[in-house]
Amino acid sequence: MQKSSRFVFSALCFGFAFLYIPILVLIAFSFNQSAIASVWGGFSLRWYAALFNNEQIIDAALLSLKIAATSATFATILGTMAGLALTQMGRYRGRLIFTGIIAAPLVMPEVITGLSLLLMFVSLQELIGWPVSRGASTITIAHITFSMAYVAVIVQSRLSSMDQSLQEAAMDLGGRPAQVAFDITLPLIAPSMLSGWLLAFTLSLDDLVIASFTSGAGASTLPMVIFSKIKLGVTPDINALATLIIGTVSIGIIIASWIMFRQNKRNEAG
Amino acid sequence: MSDSKRSVIKPYRQPLGDKLWRNFVIGVPYFWLLLFFLAPFAIVLKISFATPIVALPPFTPLLDFSANASHWLLATWDNYRFLTEDNLYWVSYFKSIKIAAISTFICLLIGYPMAYGIARATPTTRNILLMLVILPFWTSFLLRVYAWMGLLGKNGIVNSLLMNIGLIDTPLKMLYTDMAVYVGIVYTYIPFMILPLYATLEKMDTSLHDAAADLGAKPWQTFIDVTLPLSMPGIIAGSLLVFIPAIGEYVIPALLGGIDSLMIGRTLYDEFFVNRDWPLASAVATLLLIIVVIPIMLFQRSQQEQE
Repeated sequence: MQKSSRFVFSALCFGFAFLYIPILVLIAFSFNQSAIASVWGGFSLRWYAALFNNEQIIDAALLSLKIAATSATFATILGTMAGLALTQMGRYRGRLIFTGIIAAPLVMPEVITGLSLLLMFVSLQELIGWPVSRGASTITIAHITFSMAYVAVIVQSRLSSMDQSLQEAAMDLGGRPAQVAFDITLPLIAPSMLSGWLLAFTLSLDDLVIASFTSGAGASTLPMVIFSKIKLGVTPDINALATLIIGTVSIGIIIASWIMFRQNKRNEAG
Repeated sequence: MSDSKRSVIKPYRQPLGDKLWRNFVIGVPYFWLLLFFLAPFAIVLKISFATPIVALPPFTPLLDFSANASHWLLATWDNYRFLTEDNLYWVSYFKSIKIAAISTFICLLIGYPMAYGIARATPTTRNILLMLVILPFWTSFLLRVYAWMGLLGKNGIVNSLLMNIGLIDTPLKMLYTDMAVYVGIVYTYIPFMILPLYATLEKMDTSLHDAAADLGAKPWQTFIDVTLPLSMPGIIAGSLLVFIPAIGEYVIPALLGGIDSLMIGRTLYDEFFVNRDWPLASAVATLLLIIVVIPIMLFQRSQQEQE
């Protein structure tokens, strides 16, 4: 037993080193004075200064944040409805197809989703004249489509593991389904909806392939700008940008899990 | 549920408001997915039979009812014929499947002991370790791939480290090779392997292990005969979560692979953006879809079994 636990322990150490060393190296070198990636030239914030003077990156970041916030909100609404439709609505026609297509975007290769959505937009434009041009709006629709699947899966697993007695009690007392959903079900699944929103937000902020397909000439999201820069090699200002993004996300996640952890503890104690 | 109960007692007519609400909750996301997820595949299929032209959009219509048309149906197998005749596409498909399969296996080899260790840790340690697995998953995928460019490059950290120690004299070529693609895929997809494995290992009843040990089984025997078969659902779910998206991966071969690292996702992307051959790109996508559709159905079945 001793031998096997030592093996598991070293596997854990190796695995976490593998996961974290590249990120830590990237963060360390964002503070590098030297422009050569592997030579340490002393501590400096010059790449952060360069970043904030780069209007192309700032504009792309603002566009990405706007798309991410909009698409995450719609994805949460649609994904929650899909989760309700899969767990609370009993049988209906086409339910099998619905279950089939709700989880598929999770694993569908991005190039297929991107290409198929673009061709859909082009065909719609020919047929009904909408969308007039491709850009922020078409990227937003594409992001809603794939991230609502993530929200639906999160909400669905919460709904199916939840105690149904409160909702049944509300129905027995004469609550109408819509009323019960808004007064009982949605407040109970609010934490899952929030984590779904956050996941949809980060997925949208991070997507390169689907955005490249569905965007038009004008709109470039942050990943598109980053990708066109790093295709040519390592640049220190992208290191600085990466540090800012990874730092913000990590702090957000750590705070969120800490709050959830404390709430769980309080619930157990109460 | 309550509907069926009531209908046994007396004929129950759903009030109009309730019916509207039900149709609304089911209909809106259903319609959205049909329009923006399922219908687009039909269009991809349609355009894969079209002929590329220099126009906007750059392909011919399939149906032509105008007076001067020689045939009303303009569908062509040319794109698919071209795919089978040019070696490039076979090599791309085969290489994508190979790289995805080997990467999935490496993820399993590294991820299994990690998931096992996390599942057997004390509750507090377990929460911290789980968060450490999930954290990279939330941070940017693109930037995590980029981090490896700085490590593996010709003047990168690994090369300068090895040269400083004196192990090598000239920098090794690591970036822009297939090895870098494997590292990139394993690195970015391993959380998808660890999490489902953890979920099944954590639920597992440890009394079975005690029973096996009491009956004289050695630890490795217990592992092979008890733990491994019981964790099969996690292995299947994790492997499919890595394998399916990895087949169509574009970013990792584009950034870490060499010019010859032909993965099908990259071939499709270049066919579309560089050569602007939309019909051929659609044919490539259709074949890729045929390759992934069986693993996707397996994935959905494994998800439903877990519920």
